[in-house]
Amino acid sequence: MATIYIDNQPYVVKDGQNLLRACLSLGFNLPYFCWHPAMNSVGACRQCAVKQFKDEKDTKGRIVMACMTLAADGTRISIDDPEVRRFRAGVIEFLMVNHPHDCPVCDEGGECHLQDMTVMTGHNYRRFRFRKRTHRNQELGPLVNHEMNRCIACYRCLRFYRDYAGGRDFDVFQWHNYVYFGRQSDGVLENEFSGNLVEVCPTGVFTDKTLKGHYTRKWDLQTAPSICVHCGLGCNTIPGERYGILRRIRNRYHREVNGYFLCDRGRYGYEFVNSPRRIRQPIFRSERSGAAQPVEKQAALEQAAKILGSGERVIGIGSSRASLEANFALRTLVGADRFYRGLAEAECRLLDTAIALLRDGPAPAASMSDAAQSDAVLVLGEDLTNTAPMLAYSVRQSTLQREIGLTKRLHVSWWDDAAIRQALQERRGPLYIATPAATKLDDVATEVYRAAPDDLVRFAQALAHALGAEIPPVSALPRKLAALADVVAEALYLARRPVVVCGTSSGSESLLRAAGNVAWALSAAEHRGQLCLVLPDCNSFGLGLLGGGSLADACRAIQEGKAETVVVLENDLSRHADQAALKLLDEVRHLVALDYLEHATTAAAELVFPAATFAEANGTLVNNEGRAQRSYQVFVPQGKTQASWRWLQEMMVAVGRQAEASWRSFDEITAALAEALPIFAAVKDIAPPEGFRMAGQRVPRQPHRYSGRTAMHAQADVHEPTPLADPDSPLSFSMEGSQRQPPPPLVPRFWAPGWNSMQAITRFQEEVNGPLRGGDSGRRLIEPQPDAAIRYFSDLPAEFEPRPDEWLLVPVDHIFGSEELSALSPGIAQLTPAPYLALSASDAAGANIQEGEKVVLAMDGLHQALPVRFLPSLPRGVAGLPVGLPGMMHVTLPGWAKLSKVTAS
Amino acid sequence: MLTDEERHEIEAEAAQYAYKRAAGPEALKIVQRHRRWVSDQSLKDVAVLLEMTPAELDGVATFYNLIFRKPVGRHVILVCDSVTCWVLGYDSVRDYLSRELGVKPGETTADGRFTLLPMVCLGACDRAPVMMVDDTLYGNLTPQKIDEILAGYRAEETA
Ligand code: SF4
Ligand code: SF4
Ligand code: FES
Repeated sequence: MATIYIDNQPYVVKDGQNLLRACLSLGFNLPYFCWHPAMNSVGACRQCAVKQFKDEKDTKGRIVMACMTLAADGTRISIDDPEVRRFRAGVIEFLMVNHPHDCPVCDEGGECHLQDMTVMTGHNYRRFRFRKRTHRNQELGPLVNHEMNRCIACYRCLRFYRDYAGGRDFDVFQWHNYVYFGRQSDGVLENEFSGNLVEVCPTGVFTDKTLKGHYTRKWDLQTAPSICVHCGLGCNTIPGERYGILRRIRNRYHREVNGYFLCDRGRYGYEFVNSPRRIRQPIFRSERSGAAQPVEKQAALEQAAKILGSGERVIGIGSSRASLEANFALRTLVGADRFYRGLAEAECRLLDTAIALLRDGPAPAASMSDAAQSDAVLVLGEDLTNTAPMLAYSVRQSTLQREIGLTKRLHVSWWDDAAIRQALQERRGPLYIATPAATKLDDVATEVYRAAPDDLVRFAQALAHALGAEIPPVSALPRKLAALADVVAEALYLARRPVVVCGTSSGSESLLRAAGNVAWALSAAEHRGQLCLVLPDCNSFGLGLLGGGSLADACRAIQEGKAETVVVLENDLSRHADQAALKLLDEVRHLVALDYLEHATTAAAELVFPAATFAEANGTLVNNEGRAQRSYQVFVPQGKTQASWRWLQEMMVAVGRQAEASWRSFDEITAALAEALPIFAAVKDIAPPEGFRMAGQRVPRQPHRYSGRTAMHAQADVHEPTPLADPDSPLSFSMEGSQRQPPPPLVPRFWAPGWNSMQAITRFQEEVNGPLRGGDSGRRLIEPQPDAAIRYFSDLPAEFEPRPDEWLLVPVDHIFGSEELSALSPGIAQLTPAPYLALSASDAAGANIQEGEKVVLAMDGLHQALPVRFLPSLPRGVAGLPVGLPGMMHVTLPGWAKLSKVTAS
Repeated sequence: MLTDEERHEIEAEAAQYAYKRAAGPEALKIVQRHRRWVSDQSLKDVAVLLEMTPAELDGVATFYNLIFRKPVGRHVILVCDSVTCWVLGYDSVRDYLSRELGVKPGETTADGRFTLLPMVCLGACDRAPVMMVDDTLYGNLTPQKIDEILAGYRAEETA
C-alpha cells in the first residue's frame, strides 16, 4: 500500500497504479478522456492533469498527467490548484474548437462524457469564432452510426477496436485537425464487438443505430438490471424502454462475467421484443390446422383446464431459453417424471456431460474474467467468436498476460498501454486452438490445429496423457501432431492459471471429456487448471440441472400412448427435433404452447398463451459457469402477456390444484424451487427479496429526470395514472424511490452526480475494476471437488477417415443468425448469412462443384438444396453446415451426408 | 496491379524488418516513385503484399503529407509557408505561382505538368522564401527567378 497526498490530505491506495485510477477509486472528480478502466492509459488527451509537488516544501509544483504518473508512496498532488484547473479547462476549450455545439440533436446528449467533463472543468463560454473543420460520415452498417464532426481525437475507439477487439477494418487516417476515425471506405464494421464503440466513444461520434430508429434519451428510459438471453455466457445488461417499446441494450458491468463490454448479438438482438410477430393475446384453434382465434384470458384458461383435465397423459416440454422459474412451473404442472427438456437427445447428452465435468472433477469453472487473466489457453472445438462471443473477447485479452509479465524487466507499468503494446509488438500467447475450421481468434493463436472432431479428441487425449500418465497414450498419432501435443502440454503446465475451453457446439461428447482430462490432469499436478465450457443457450445450465428427458424420450412417451397432451414452454421445437419427431408432436391430441413469438410450434398448437420476454418478466438464468443470475422485468407488456410461470400457475388453479401452485409472486416461486430442488437453494438469495427497501423506498426503474409522466398518457386520460405495482421485486415502475446506490443485483442504471454517461461506473465500484459496491452478483450453483479421486476418461475414437462419396458434416455457428431470438431483430437479420453448405475448395474441386453452385444434401432426416460456399480451412472429407439459421432444419451433427449436384432439368 | 519491378523493390524493403508492415511508408514511396501517386488500387495491392488491411495501410498513407493519394502533375511544386518564409514574403510567391500556373494551391495545371502545394518548412530558412520542385530546392525566390525555374521545366519537356 502507498500513502499519497491529495490537496494535502493523506490517502492510502494500492501499490503500482496510476494517479488517475487512484483518484477515481477514492471518489474524486478528475476529468479524463483517453483513459478507460478496461484499456488503461496512453496519455493522449491531456485532460487528467494534476499538479505534482516534490515534497511538502515544494509550493510551485509541476503539471503532470495523472493517468501516466505512478501513485508511488509519498506522492503529493493537487487537483484543486488554480493553475491546473485552468489547464484542464483550457484542454476542453481546445477540444471544443472543432466540436459542433449540436447536443440537442446528438444521440449522446444527456449521457455524454464530453458534456460531463466540460461541465466538470468549468469551461462555460465559447470564445472560438471561426469555421470548424467538418468531415464526411461513413455508412457503417445497420448497428453503428457515424458522425465524425463530434470527434475529440481521444483514440479510444481505435484502441478498443484494434488493440482489444482485434478488428482490422477500422483505423485512424490523416493528421492534425483532420484526424479521422473510420473505415477505409464505407461498409459494415466487420468486428463482432463494434457496438461497444457506442459506449467507448466519449462523444456522439459512434451511437446506437437501432436506438436511432426509436430514439429516447437516457433520462426518459425505464431500465432494470437484466441478463442477456442470446448465448450461454449470461452477460449483464441494462435494457431501456419507453412507451412499451424496448429501445436499446447497454452494458451492465460485472467484474467476473462481462466486464465493460457486450457483443453485437447481445447488444442488438433485443428488437425481437418489439416484433410484429409477437403473440399478445391467448389464441385458440378449434381445429389444429384451423385459423387462430384470439380469446379472452379466462376462456383460454378454461380451455386449458379442459385439455389438461386430470393431468394424466400430460407431458411438459421445457426450454433452455426460459427461466428456471418458468421451467420449474411447468415441471410442477406435469410432474417431474413427465417433464422433458425440449432438447434433442444429443443436446441433452452434451449438456449432461459438460455439467458433470464441472461438478465431479477438481477443475473449477472459469469465469470470463478468469479466462481473460489466464496466461495459457487451450481451445478445443469451439469457434468462440460465433458460439460465445464475449468469451472470445476474453481469450483475446488472455494472450497478453504472459507477455505483460515478461515486460516487467523493462520497468514499464502494466497500465502504460501504449508502451506495453510497443514492447510486445506482435508477441502473444500462449493460445492454442484446435477446431475443425478457421476461427477469428486464430490471428492471436500461437498455433492452430485443423481436424475432424475425432482427430481433435485424439489430439486432446495425447496432450492429456502428456500431463497425466494415468491417461492412456494415443498410439499412431502423426509425429508432428504428437510434438504439438507436447508443446501445448508444456505451455499449460508452465502457466500459473491455465484455462481449457471446450463446449457443446462441436457435438462431440468425447471432446468434452478429453478437455476434462486435460484440465483435471493440470489440477492434479497442483496447477490450477480451470475449465471453461460453452453452452448454447442462456439457461442451458439451469435446464441441465433441472433434469428431465430429451425430446426423443418425449416422443417415445407419445408413441407408447403415455402422453396425449403436450405443453410446450418457450420452445420452437423445429430447432431441436427432426422431421419425424415434429410430425409425431403435430399429431398428438392436444398441443398447448406458451411463447412470445409465432413459430412452427405455436402455429401447430391448439392453445397458445402469450408469454413475457426477458424484458417483461423476472427470471433466474444459469450461465455456462453455473452462475445463477437474476434478470428483472423492465416494463409492463401490452395485451395479456405475462410471465410463463404465471400462466402455468393459473392453469393449475384452473384445474383445482392451487395447493401445489400457491406461488403468487416471484419470491414465492423461487422459494418453492429452492425447497423442491436443493441444488437451487441459493437461487432465492441471489438478489434482495421484494420487501427490500432503501430508507423505506423502492428502487426506481425510472430516473429522477424522467420526463412527461403527467403528459404521456394524456390522450387517454388527463389524470396521471398511478404507477403500476410490482409484486415481484423491490423495483418500482416509477421515478419515486431511493436515488441511493442499491445492492449490485438491483442497479438499474449507472448514473451519479456529475457523471451522466456510462463512465459513472467508477462511482459504483468498490475501486476501479473492482466488484460493484456490495460484491459480485449471482451465485455459482455447483462447485468443483478438489479432493475427489479423479476418474479420467479413456474415450479414444479411431483416426478420421475421409469417405469416397460422403462428407462428415460439422456444425458452423454464426454470431448473427444461429441464435433464434436475435436473428429476428432487423439489424442482426441484415447481417445473417443465407443458408449454405461449406466445403474446402480442394474437396469441391475433387467433386467438380463450383462455389455458389447448389447441391442437394442428403442425410438421415434431412434433405435440403444449398448453395456451396468455400471454407478453405476445412479438413479433407469434412463439410460445414451452418446451424440455426432461419430456413435451416434441425439435424444432429456431426453426421455423414451425401451430396449430389442439382441437375438442370 | 503492381509491376514486377515494384513488387521486387517492396519485397526487398520488407525483408529488412521483423514485421512486413514496418515497410509501409517505404512501399508507398516506391509506388509513388513509379506512378507519382498512390491510387486506391495500388494501396490495396501493397496492403496485400505487406499482409495489412487497406485501412491499416491507408492510415499510414494519409498520415504522411508527401504520400499523394490523389493524382498529381508531372512536377510537384512545394511552397514553404512556415515562419521564416511567411515573414519574407511567402504569400507573394504563392500568389505569383498561382497566377503563372493558373491554379490554386492544391490544384494541378490543366496540362498535367505542375501541381502546386503548400508545405510547412523545407528546412532552408537561410534562403527564404523557398520552394521545392520535385527533389530540387530553390531559394531567395523572386518573380523573375520563378519565371526562369518554370521555363526550365517547360523547356525540358518540350525538348
Ligand atoms: S471517435 Fe470518439 S472514441 Fe474515437 S477518437 Fe473520436 S472521440 Fe475518441
Ligand atoms: S456474449 Fe452472449 S451473453 Fe454476452 S452479450 Fe453476447 S450473446 Fe449476450
Ligand atoms: S486521461 Fe490522462 S491524458 Fe487522457
